[in-house]
Amino acid sequence: MIYGQLLWSFFQIGLFSIGGGYAAMPLIQHQVMDVHPWLTMTQFADIMTIAEMTPGPIAINAATFVGIRVAGIPGAVVATAGCVLPSCCIVMALAYVYYRFRGLDTVKGVLAALRPAVVAMIASAGLSLLIMAFYGQRTLPADLGGINWLSAALFGSSLFVLRRFRAKPIYVMLGAGALGTLASLII
Amino acid sequence: MKRQKGVYRKLFTSTLKLSAGTFGGGFVIVPLMREKFVNDLRWIDEQEMLDLVAIAESSPGAIAVNASILVGYHVAGCLGALVAVLGTVLPPLIIISVLSGFYGAVRGNAIVNTAMTCMLAGVAAVICDTVLTMGAGVLRQRRLLYPAVMVLSFIAVRFLGVNIVAVILACAAVGAADTVLRKHGGQFHRKAVKRP
Repeated sequence: MIYGQLLWSFFQIGLFSIGGGYAAMPLIQHQVMDVHPWLTMTQFADIMTIAEMTPGPIAINAATFVGIRVAGIPGAVVATAGCVLPSCCIVMALAYVYYRFRGLDTVKGVLAALRPAVVAMIASAGLSLLIMAFYGQRTLPADLGGINWLSAALFGSSLFVLRRFRAKPIYVMLGAGALGTLASLII
Repeated sequence: MKRQKGVYRKLFTSTLKLSAGTFGGGFVIVPLMREKFVNDLRWIDEQEMLDLVAIAESSPGAIAVNASILVGYHVAGCLGALVAVLGTVLPPLIIISVLSGFYGAVRGNAIVNTAMTCMLAGVAAVICDTVLTMGAGVLRQRRLLYPAVMVLSFIAVRFLGVNIVAVILACAAVGAADTVLRKHGGQFHRKAVKRP
């Protein structure tokens, strides 16, 4: 039963991927290449590239892609449902616990110490994205001169517009994409 | 009842738009959520949002999906959480379904690649803006503990490659220990005052 297999595979991916998209990649690879012969290595690399280029979580993108290849649109829906099912159960329980107990002194103390850590993690993720935008790779290269100046200019002006005029994030993101494409076509 | 329905619709359209805008990984949801749920709709405050992100990160599954569940649950209970999940998964589901037919053409396309790289610069700026605002908020706090937690967490995640969940658990332990110490400190202090 192909729908059952899709549901179970992506349920496991959803259950065991903790800490964001890149943690999910090896799990997805294991399920769709080793456990089931659903994708070839090339197809897997393709879906990872597409997942990075399109909005939405990597695991959901992969679930849709694999589901549609294996069993059409219903397959995509089933795989996606399997992927979010563990989140729904676990996070809803945590939401209940959070809103029930956040008034307690100890819980308040724990949450107060977690908030700065969350800011630090967002900062780290932002720095990775910045390096990706400037140098086209995940880690900082030895030669810092090979910077993409168009990206650097877009980053600078985006940040200025955000800080100075409180522009809406989504417009800044789309604007940077549109302006940069236009500029590179002219240059 | 009518107002309730309005909330579900608002929740669905908001999460739909947020999900369609999360290019570049799960953390991009943070500035977008801040804009929509904290500044626009005022459903949650900024501190609460950081709590929700901490829970979303340390739970299994995608950060964007988990964060939507948390906001949905807060605004309209379990049904709200389900509505929020639906809004979050629909954009990638539709986009990938459409793309899967001709993804070869998109993947190798030079213009698409340029647009993505340029958009990434904008995304990085959006995250940078959020970090500047929130980081300043942390630094303004009177207790030295919180800036210290922020700097040490950054070093641990960025340079030492420590797992995010491990960092969250460590910081939770620090927070708990801090609360216990302060409580006892308060009791000792009270006794000391009473004695004379």
